Amino acid sequence: MIQFILLFSRQGKLRLQKWYTSQTEKSKKKITRELIATVLSRKPKMSSFLEWKDLKIVYKRYASLYFCCAIEQEDNELLTLETIHRYVELLDKYFGSVCELDIIFNFEKAYFIFDEFILGGEIQETSKKSVLKAINDQDVIQEEELEEKRSVLEDLGLA
Amino acid sequence: MRNMRGDAMRGLAVFISDIRNCKSREAELRRINKELTNIRQRFRADKTLDGYQKKKYVCKLLFIFLLGHDIDFGYMEAVNLLSSNKYTEKQIGYLFISVIMNSSTEMKQLIIQNIRNDIQSRNPIFINLALQCVANIGDKEMATAFTHEIPRLLTSGDTIDPVKQSAALCLLRLHRTSPESLQLNTEWTARIIHLLNDQHLGVATAAVSLIDALVKRSPDEYKGCVNLAVSRLSRIVTSSYTDFQDYTYYFVPAPWLCVKLLRLLQNYPPPDDPSVRSRLNECLDTILNKAQEPLKSKKVQHSNARNAVLFEAINLIIHMDCESSLLVRACNQLGQFLQNRETNLRYLALESMCLLATSEFSHEAVKKHQETVINALKSERDVSVRQRAVDLLYAMCDRSNAEDIVQEMLTYLETADYTIREEMVLKIAILSEKYAVDYKWYLDIMLKLIRIAGDFVSEEVWYRVIQVVVNRSDVQSYAAKIAFEALQAPACHENMIKVAGYILGEYGNLIALDLRSTPMIQFDLLHSKYHLCSPTTRSLLLSTYMKFINLFPEIKQHIQDVLRHDSNYRSSDVEIQQRAIEYLRLSEICSPTVLATVLEIMPPYPEKQSPLLVRLKQKKPLMEAENNSEPSVTTTTTHTEDVPKFAETAIHLNQQQQQQQQQNGLLVSFDTIESNTHFGESTSYSLPSTITTTETTIQSSKKFLFKNSDIIFENDLLQIGIKGEATKHILRVEFYYGNKTNFNLTNISTNITLLDELESELRLNLEPIKPTIDPKAQIKQSGTIECLQEFRDLPKINFSFL
Repeated sequence: MIQFILLFSRQGKLRLQKWYTSQTEKSKKKITRELIATVLSRKPKMSSFLEWKDLKIVYKRYASLYFCCAIEQEDNELLTLETIHRYVELLDKYFGSVCELDIIFNFEKAYFIFDEFILGGEIQETSKKSVLKAINDQDVIQEEELEEKRSVLEDLGLA
Repeated sequence: MRNMRGDAMRGLAVFISDIRNCKSREAELRRINKELTNIRQRFRADKTLDGYQKKKYVCKLLFIFLLGHDIDFGYMEAVNLLSSNKYTEKQIGYLFISVIMNSSTEMKQLIIQNIRNDIQSRNPIFINLALQCVANIGDKEMATAFTHEIPRLLTSGDTIDPVKQSAALCLLRLHRTSPESLQLNTEWTARIIHLLNDQHLGVATAAVSLIDALVKRSPDEYKGCVNLAVSRLSRIVTSSYTDFQDYTYYFVPAPWLCVKLLRLLQNYPPPDDPSVRSRLNECLDTILNKAQEPLKSKKVQHSNARNAVLFEAINLIIHMDCESSLLVRACNQLGQFLQNRETNLRYLALESMCLLATSEFSHEAVKKHQETVINALKSERDVSVRQRAVDLLYAMCDRSNAEDIVQEMLTYLETADYTIREEMVLKIAILSEKYAVDYKWYLDIMLKLIRIAGDFVSEEVWYRVIQVVVNRSDVQSYAAKIAFEALQAPACHENMIKVAGYILGEYGNLIALDLRSTPMIQFDLLHSKYHLCSPTTRSLLLSTYMKFINLFPEIKQHIQDVLRHDSNYRSSDVEIQQRAIEYLRLSEICSPTVLATVLEIMPPYPEKQSPLLVRLKQKKPLMEAENNSEPSVTTTTTHTEDVPKFAETAIHLNQQQQQQQQQNGLLVSFDTIESNTHFGESTSYSLPSTITTTETTIQSSKKFLFKNSDIIFENDLLQIGIKGEATKHILRVEFYYGNKTNFNLTNISTNITLLDELESELRLNLEPIKPTIDPKAQIKQSGTIECLQEFRDLPKINFSFL
């Protein structure tokens, strides 16, 4: 299973963190710090995999963001690399040429996309269409709820 | 960038912009604190906030938390959001809880209630939200609360596919966090297995992960999944890439599902049913064939997906370990990858080959790639790839190539990364001992090891060297010779001094006749390093000097002067002072015969499992999947005259860790080097450590005057040992009861009686003991014995069993 996923910039700023195991905040911060330092010190031509404590780390850089995934010993590294790629594709399709700012300003959406794709540390839905449909449906509901609110306020003369 | 937010939570976007525009950390903190105060006020305000506002503020809190600041309020509001009937509000509430509140809080029950409401709501998007939350933070309480509802959801015909997916992984999470709380009804087993065949590939993908975990828990119950898995896998692998539409990833059909199915099959031995088995083999063949076909796309995603399936298939082939043709093909495929341009593939090939090297069918095939691997070690720029090469060399080492491999590893060690040096030292030590044909070679390697990486040579490593030398009389003079030579180097690592000091102390006489290493020269050489050493080393050297007094009476005066010297006689280090004083006295009052008996040469150590292996396992618990054809011998404590071949019995890489543990446990603390060395060095008072024979023996209690741990009773069935640690008047004691038979010993009861006066002189406090001991296993009973007054007699132990 995937133990955690971290997204961080080249300056070491954490943009997204998804943990699939229970950890104290203190240990999360420590792990994050150490791992970011380790990954940032790797050179470009090195392999995308490394051993870290008793986990395997799979990472890939997309533009200014590092996507870093920690998996267990039995998991398949190459496939995890593609899992990361699939997540980036989802973000890209949803935001339209996604960039780091999108993730910063819409962090909660990034989490929602995560939950449709990976759950409990395991891949659940590998069809890009299905995931995107689910997210778009959520957006539709969001619009509806906003409409509702707006119309209520208008009725009350408060819009 | 599309403005996804639209009008929703404008305030949040503004807040995030503000934070980004802060020029300094202080400015950021100020802005955050301002916002926190604002939110706190709003939450405390009398009029209740509407859902939208609450959602916005909770989201802001979440953002602040993710920046790295602590949030200590807002939980109530977040939980309140859960009961809203607006989807987006619920969503934010659940997100907050999943990210921030994943450890136990008082609101747990409230959260569980809300989740339950949502699950029972019949609204699929609400159900999904709730399930996702449980899958993210599920724990023991949630497992108990939902142990019926979630499986029912999963197996019911009414549930729609997306909900089934979430339910499967939800169950998986609950199972992982608290398997005991989850009571899975056997009537659900068949339905869960059947999910493998589900039309919806997403459901199947999610279900496989769940089944994988359940299989590990009760393999027999879920045995039916094997057939389904094989047929599903076969259908996917032989399909054309257009068949799966959106589940095809860059021309590879359903790679995630394939990999998961292949993993699932690794939980079982090869299928018994011949038709299933042949289908599986065909499948694996097809995957291997496909790997040879030209790439359908230049994109790296295509080759990665294809190779991911390939690697997993190879893992399965290695696991099944029965079709030699498949194994050889797998090995060749990996061999090709070893020289691939892509670093990732070389890395993975090295990793997979490690597993192949342990299978007897393919071990020889792996060895053919030795050159390539050694080149990788020398030329790879990526340290993680080099590390894999080291692991593979270790795995493929056997008698035929041990010398080369050890040499290459030693050369690499000189320039290796500091983080991996200790592990490499252990590996080199283990390999060179295991495959040593000529123990002189072994000693050369070990001394070289200490020279190159002295700091990383842990105690167990050089203790082992000593053990080997003590047990093999044929290399003792060689050992003395090279130890002496090593000391002559201008800069000598302290571990080298320790080893050489010990060896010369025991066997210096064997080279004393050579004019270059007369007793005086030996002593001077050692003493020249004396003051550079730490107190522990100096203590060791003092013992050596004492042995010299016995071996070389002609330099006795000289040594006595050293002992008398203030730096030793009045040393601030207690150990040094004690040894100096006692040795001096010993040398003054003892006659030569007494001295010779007291300082007799060390007897051979009993054969046991190598502590080096234990140490290596601790460092890398998953490495040792290795499989040696030598049977593992249960070693005993019998003191045999003909020392059995050290290499065979001493080191065993055992396939099952558990058996390992038991074996380890059986003799773990008796006659460890530490206790031996400690006593052996200060004086050789320790009587020959064991006098056991195969008859019943009750050990002499006198030896406990000098030792804190040893066996107190042994016969064919049973071995009882004791280990004690005394502080002031309390002895912390551990009794070890070992079962030497192949049957369970049940109804164990032990009774320690204190007769007459002893009752008032000693106070016992022991834990209750387990009632059974498994075959070839050991149990432990700890407790304390307190000494209230001086005592003369000894307590009695009454041990009974069936």
